[in-house]
Amino acid sequence: MTPAIRGDADLDHVTSQRELEHVVREYAGRLATALVRVTGDFATAEDLVQDAVLAALQRWPAEGVPERPDAWLFTVARNRGIDAHRRRDNYRTKLAQIRWPVASESDDRLRLIFTCCHPALSRPAQIALTLRVVCGLTTAQIARAFLVPETTVARRITRAKRKISEAGIPYRVPDPDELNTRLREVLAVIYLVLNEGYLPTADLSESRDLVDDAGWLASQLHDLMPTEPEVAGLLALIQLHRARADARFDRDGDLVRLEHQDRASWDRDAISRATQLLRRAAEQHRPGPYQLQAAIVACHAEATDWADTDWEQIVLLYDMLLHLEPSPLTRLHRAIAVRYTAGPAAALAEVNALSGSLDHYHLYHATRAELLRAIDRPEEARDADRLALELTANPAEQAVLQRRVEWGTDGG
Amino acid sequence: MKYVLLFVETEQFEKELEAMGQADRDRAYALVGKWMADHADKIRAAGKLQPAVTATTVRLDAGSEPVITDGPFVEGKEVVSGYAEVEVADLDEALRMVRSWPGCPLVEIRPLES
Repeated sequence: MTPAIRGDADLDHVTSQRELEHVVREYAGRLATALVRVTGDFATAEDLVQDAVLAALQRWPAEGVPERPDAWLFTVARNRGIDAHRRRDNYRTKLAQIRWPVASESDDRLRLIFTCCHPALSRPAQIALTLRVVCGLTTAQIARAFLVPETTVARRITRAKRKISEAGIPYRVPDPDELNTRLREVLAVIYLVLNEGYLPTADLSESRDLVDDAGWLASQLHDLMPTEPEVAGLLALIQLHRARADARFDRDGDLVRLEHQDRASWDRDAISRATQLLRRAAEQHRPGPYQLQAAIVACHAEATDWADTDWEQIVLLYDMLLHLEPSPLTRLHRAIAVRYTAGPAAALAEVNALSGSLDHYHLYHATRAELLRAIDRPEEARDADRLALELTANPAEQAVLQRRVEWGTDGG
Repeated sequence: MKYVLLFVETEQFEKELEAMGQADRDRAYALVGKWMADHADKIRAAGKLQPAVTATTVRLDAGSEPVITDGPFVEGKEVVSGYAEVEVADLDEALRMVRSWPGCPLVEIRPLES
């Protein structure tokens, strides 16, 4: 059930499957932009790309990845299009005329991303469309990653495409005066993909590496909009997570808390690249929530050990974040840092103040449990851990909490 | 593309409007008038509805006879209070128009079937 106890053969299989997915991801979006340009129709182009992706995932494992994967995908998509639109001469003629490779302008790629993340679409629809059209995921892969039935994802995508064509959602890059609000939508979508990948509710070995997809999306966006500090901030945040990903699980696949992680296994080069990116973004003096979150993670990533962490700085960064975006969840994280600047009793008081808004969130109860234990109230701590256990769906977190309920410690 | 903008009033908005002095209310109406004038080239038709208490609803699927009731078809705190039919390039242009709407706090944008 966990990545660590998978046999080598399975590991090879997963690795080659991941490679295939990466090749598909590299070209799916480009193919989509080219097809929208030719057919003038987002929904049709999206269907053709999905057909080509499905064909690739079916045939490449047996036949090997073709020498020119992009041309292969294009040919499949074009032929499907010509077949499917027998009665619509204008499409067929246009499709028959295009020759691969079609140059993909950066504006084209931005158009695709901004259309998928249009604010007139619901957030789940934005996420599903972006993953399918820009990253080339199949409906089944999206459904598995988010633990929802495949029919639900399919319905979301069908409805979203219908809305795009019937409600007149344009296929274009937003005007400069609306770019900031529209960019926030795109960043929120990438951030949610990151979150789902960071602590997946689905079983790790079976699910797609969504952190990798989020990182890929962010780096594409950063290439296309290199002067947007929040794009750089989100990319740095993802890079900082990935640089330390190996240390988050032990040999048995159990979650290791930051405090007990083996910092020697962190990728120091990747961390320093990410912090440089963040520093360059900060020079623009346009702070935002992603830059601040990345800066907080950078404080942890640059500390040589838990005790060496600059908690004062972290509390300060949380204050700035709360100023920009008040949220009970951010207050909870700030309280965790306050434990190390003002002590567990002060932190507990701040956490308790959040009871109304975070009562259904497992980390609220897990954090209370830790603070209660730190001030020697073990009975209340155990009750809080029990509540946390009831509320989490993540197997690795369940294991940690189970140990704490049984032993009163996480064994770290 | 053609869209209908449905202007929706809330109880809160209605109360605030009532609480205003005549001068403030005139100013609020003048802002709406200016918005209409600014977008006159895109507005094909527009109208303000009488308050919801004047509505009559006819239900035709309730039995053999139509059922006529007093009031709007949904009893709620939010009621449609006006409409405008606009012709613009796409949803983004409709959104741009609506963003600067100075009247009631809710607007639904619905594309018209062509």
